[in-house]
Amino acid sequence: MASEIADAVAADDVGVGLVQTQSIELFEPPHKLVLDSGETFGPISVAYETYGELSPKKDNAVFVCHALTGDAHVAGKHHPDDKKSGWWDALIGPGRGLDTNRYFVICANVLGGCQGTTGPITTNPATGRPYGMTFPFITVGDMVTVHYELVRALGIERLLSVIGGSLGGMQVLEWAARYPESLCSAICLAAAAKLSAQGIAFNAVGRRAIFADPNFQNGNYYSADGPRKYGEEGPRYGLALARMLAHITYLSEVSIERKFGRRLQHSDQHSYELLKETEFQIESYLHYQGKRFIERFDANSYLYLTRAMDYFDLTARYGSLEQALGRTEARFLVASYKTDWLFPSSQSREIVAALVKARRHVTYLELDSVFGHDSFLIEVDQLAELVIPFLRETYRHATRR
Amino acid sequence: MAFVLHEPRLMTVKRYCYIDPEAALIDRLLMDQIERGSRVLDLGCGDGRLLCRLRDELECSILGIELDHQQVVASICKGVPVIQGDLDEGLQEIPDGAFDYAVLSQTLQQVLKPKELLQQMLRVARKTLVVVPNFGHWRVRLQLLLTGRAPVTNTLPYDWYNTPNLHLLSMLDFRDLIARMQIRIVREIPIVRGRPVPRAWAANLRADSALFVLEQAAETAPAASIQPPPNG
Repeated sequence: MASEIADAVAADDVGVGLVQTQSIELFEPPHKLVLDSGETFGPISVAYETYGELSPKKDNAVFVCHALTGDAHVAGKHHPDDKKSGWWDALIGPGRGLDTNRYFVICANVLGGCQGTTGPITTNPATGRPYGMTFPFITVGDMVTVHYELVRALGIERLLSVIGGSLGGMQVLEWAARYPESLCSAICLAAAAKLSAQGIAFNAVGRRAIFADPNFQNGNYYSADGPRKYGEEGPRYGLALARMLAHITYLSEVSIERKFGRRLQHSDQHSYELLKETEFQIESYLHYQGKRFIERFDANSYLYLTRAMDYFDLTARYGSLEQALGRTEARFLVASYKTDWLFPSSQSREIVAALVKARRHVTYLELDSVFGHDSFLIEVDQLAELVIPFLRETYRHATRR
Repeated sequence: MAFVLHEPRLMTVKRYCYIDPEAALIDRLLMDQIERGSRVLDLGCGDGRLLCRLRDELECSILGIELDHQQVVASICKGVPVIQGDLDEGLQEIPDGAFDYAVLSQTLQQVLKPKELLQQMLRVARKTLVVVPNFGHWRVRLQLLLTGRAPVTNTLPYDWYNTPNLHLLSMLDFRDLIARMQIRIVREIPIVRGRPVPRAWAANLRADSALFVLEQAAETAPAASIQPPPNG
């Protein structure tokens, strides 16, 4: 009986179904974007997806900020035969954590990315060639400004919430600092108000791997014409290596031990061959992750986005963290994960301390999970348990006035 | 008289289980001490019940600290802001003087370092409200006397080896500590048989628990300048 009910629920729980990525042109000259570096840049096309319906009062919109290598396709499928759904599909849909029966959910690819929004791989209209290394230096603040303009272009004055993990969580904090009146709440997961020295260190090695690849060619590795095909041109080995390294930082000692241990990939016995690259399962897994990554990501974007992350430091920019976050009336939900050593709980606690000092409405949890930094993408039920009541109460509070 | 080594527990005299005053009564009592519109920090806030009432009925700005995940979720469901944290690890996230009141209800006896926590509370809040159980109650004393065993209470029906109550204190013990800490007792309300009795006689014998309102003694004022009535 119980399983029948569970089956019925599962059959009903189809998520958002088929979706399409949309595109919008923003910052067209002469209204170019003024970047944090001082340069101006435009036009910028932004790839985004939406789910659910915007209410007549336009008070139910939730913006999802993706992490370093994410994209606008956060939920649903583009084609019925797609093997995988969007990257946070389990959180978004009717009856899910971000309930599309109640909320209008928006996600967009970041500036400098390579999944539809203008980035180094995009053709520069002035030259007819991809920007490559002529793409301007960008910051997390610039990414947020572009998304803020997208939200305004959709006719939304104030978001019910901005949610994101990792680099997405950094964007959430930047959003609250930069546009304090444009959001009712902020959900910041596995993030920090500044990237730690350790985080910069890993990014530096990843970039070095790309630079050291002979095919990097100072970023001018795009073929002269035709559509861009990831994985066939440019510093494939360097980018794969960068991903392998970064991927380790997203896991935890416990999760690697549980999933792979010391198990061998092809045999029960050691081969005593030095040049065999994938003898252990963990090696094979990392190689696979690297290989898959270069099929979908542009090396130049990786350089630009990791650099933007390195530069992120709300304290430096606003004088202090409480000054940065103290200007918004938004409610904050901050969560970290016990096994996340890339963005450890101490960094979330720093955000919380600043919010308490600034007398903001803040809730903080340190969540139990073995999955390290990636927990926020994996432990979706745990997250939904928090997000559902948090958004419901935020909405109740916001619409009461 | 035969000496029984392993006397079964159930054969012993039925132990006194001291009555925990109902949570609602304690909430009411705490609310009576708190001024409208003030900033309140509740340590070990549970499901956020008290803070929710303080916000809705007294327009207080509120924050809770709670260790248990499910209780934090219950607080989120009430729209109550909570920081998940362990009181044994201090109040690092809370800046000096950030609150008008810090509340600690029936929890002081459970933390590793009660004195340090009291100091932290006085650092972050102007006034500190503490509800402590009174292990000086005559029935607790009688239970120990008659059974020769550590008393077990109703609401905390634990044995010595699994109790969360790390420190057993009486009202007199608590006052002694306060006197040593340069803290002033602004008010003391013994709770006798589920009722607050502000000037109870022999409170240390009769009270199940007591509410203390504390504040940092002024530099010049002597510690514990308001003398509680002598009793117990």
